[in-house]
Amino acid sequence: MKKIMIVLIAMSIATGAVAQTKAEIMVNNGGVESLRGSAELDVTRSADKHKRVLKDREPLQRNYVHQPPIIPHQVRGYKVNLNVNKCLSCHGWKYARETGATKISPTHFETREGMTLSDVSPRRYFCQQCHVPQVDGRPLVENDFKAVDSLSQYK
Amino acid sequence: MNILKKLWLTLSTPSKAGVGLVLALGFVGGVVFWGGFNTTLSLTNTEEFCTGCHEMADNVYQEYRETIHYSNRSGVRATCPDCHVPKDWTHKIIRKIAASKEVWGMLTGIIDTREKFVDHRKSMAMREWKRMKDNDSRECRNCHNFEYMDFSEQGSRSVKMHSTALASGEKTCIDCHKGIAHELPDMKGVEGWH
Ligand code: HEC
Ligand code: HEC
Ligand code: HEC
Ligand code: HEC
Ligand code: HEC
Ligand code: HEC
Repeated sequence: MKKIMIVLIAMSIATGAVAQTKAEIMVNNGGVESLRGSAELDVTRSADKHKRVLKDREPLQRNYVHQPPIIPHQVRGYKVNLNVNKCLSCHGWKYARETGATKISPTHFETREGMTLSDVSPRRYFCQQCHVPQVDGRPLVENDFKAVDSLSQYK
Repeated sequence: MNILKKLWLTLSTPSKAGVGLVLALGFVGGVVFWGGFNTTLSLTNTEEFCTGCHEMADNVYQEYRETIHYSNRSGVRATCPDCHVPKDWTHKIIRKIAASKEVWGMLTGIIDTREKFVDHRKSMAMREWKRMKDNDSRECRNCHNFEYMDFSEQGSRSVKMHSTALASGEKTCIDCHKGIAHELPDMKGVEGWH
């Protein structure tokens, strides 16, 4: 009886130890640096500082011909839904001159089949699917892409 | 003619009495629920009062909590009455009497569900826009004074519009800033919208 107890206790200690090393392995990131930094898997890394959307600026350079241009202004509170499209109240052809905004280009009226509609095509209605504003952050991944010379001065 | 006699005559003539009665009821409603005296007035001029009705609390209040007038860097807030209730006495009383309609609306359940509220939103919003357009956005101007806007601090798009259409008086705040505190209804057919 005593012997059995000792064996049982020894076994439970052993399995405990195994479980512990297993848990250690499960959270160890193996020294891999990722976008989370080098935090272990069971640690919640403290959040980065909130980035700010840059205020109104000149339009930003485009890097290739069919790039959707980046939004050079704040868009806080701008709603685009079934009821309203705030972007078109400046960028629509009707209002662009008065507000000084760039007209949406003719491609925004084209359907997938290349047909030109008389109003914004449904696939171009949700502007922020393609156009995004910029924050004052550093790129997550360095990028040395350079625009071709013919575009490099374009604003 | 004696004023009392005149009043009696008005009230005793059926068609006019109807109007008189509605006005009187409206006034009493306004006094009872919105207050006709300054103490009641200031009691009813708080956000707590406005959000006391679920029609206001579940819809417009929730939406407003996500906007700049509820929370911002300087911590200065605009509450419901700041934008919806005139500051000077005469206009305030007129608005309060008109507001007795809201008590009626609550009793009849005109917007007592989200669906009903959304369906009714456009007509309410249009009345509010008209009120603000007619008074040259007076409530906005209680806090935002054009004279003291520093264009060098504003974004270029703000300056472009403020220094032209606003400065010349051709347009007023509400012409360009609809939906500043709540979600908008279907804007088809509203000037300036797609
Ligand atoms: C109050 C008017 C206004 C609103 C609303 C507005 N914009 Fe703009 N937008 C402008 C102006 C003005 C410019 C700058 C044009 C210039 O300086 O050439 C601009 C520039 C842009 C550009 C850059 C164009 C280019 O040629 O590089 C994009 C993209 C853009 N806006 C997208 C949007 C989107 C998407 C929305 C809605 C989320 C939006 N805008 C809402 C006024 C507005
Ligand atoms: C499916 C992606 C997509 C969507 C959605 C989209 N755009 Fe674009 N947009 C583009 C691309 C790509 C370009 C650049 C090439 C072009 O003109 O087609 C562009 C160009 C623009 C330009 C610059 C036009 C010029 O003449 O230089 C403006 C302004 C613009 N978009 C505004 C908008 C607005 C406002 C909306 C929403 C109503 C919108 N876009 C929706 C992809 C998109
Ligand atoms: C008794 C409940 C109740 C209270 C308290 C209340 N409301 Fe309302 N409110 C309503 C109802 C119901 C309507 C819809 C009335 C209608 O359209 O017939 C309404 C409509 C409105 C409208 C639209 C007006 C229009 O002309 O259509 C505004 C603006 C408004 N309320 C603001 C306020 C403000 C500001 C306060 C606080 C001072 C407030 N409400 C307090 C129930 C209430
Ligand atoms: C009780 C005072 C008050 C009233 C009334 C008021 N505002 Fe404001 N408004 C503020 C404050 C405070 C801010 C935020 C300032 C800051 O950025 O910290 C603000 C910000 C704004 C902004 C800037 C939004 C942004 O995203 O930067 C606009 C636009 C605006 N108000 C329009 C209006 C309009 C239109 C009305 C009338 C319907 C109005 N305000 C009524 C106090 C008021
Ligand atoms: C002709 C149109 C127009 C009128 C009228 C107008 N605004 Fe604006 N306002 C704009 C535009 C466009 C912007 C910038 C885009 C945005 O914030 O959506 C702006 C921005 C603002 C801002 C933010 C400024 C910044 O750059 O930080 C405030 C505050 C503001 N408006 C208040 C008012 C008030 C108060 C009135 C009435 C006294 C008024 N506006 C009248 C078009 C207008
Ligand atoms: C910064 C000013 C401002 C503040 C603060 C504000 N409102 Fe409004 N409210 C408006 C404007 C402007 C409209 C007209 C519709 C629009 O443009 O969204 C409106 C419309 C409404 C409507 C009509 C329905 C609709 O959505 O259009 C109701 C009801 C209402 N407000 C109630 C309230 C209540 C309750 C509060 C406080 C929780 C409040 N408002 C705070 C400016 C304001």
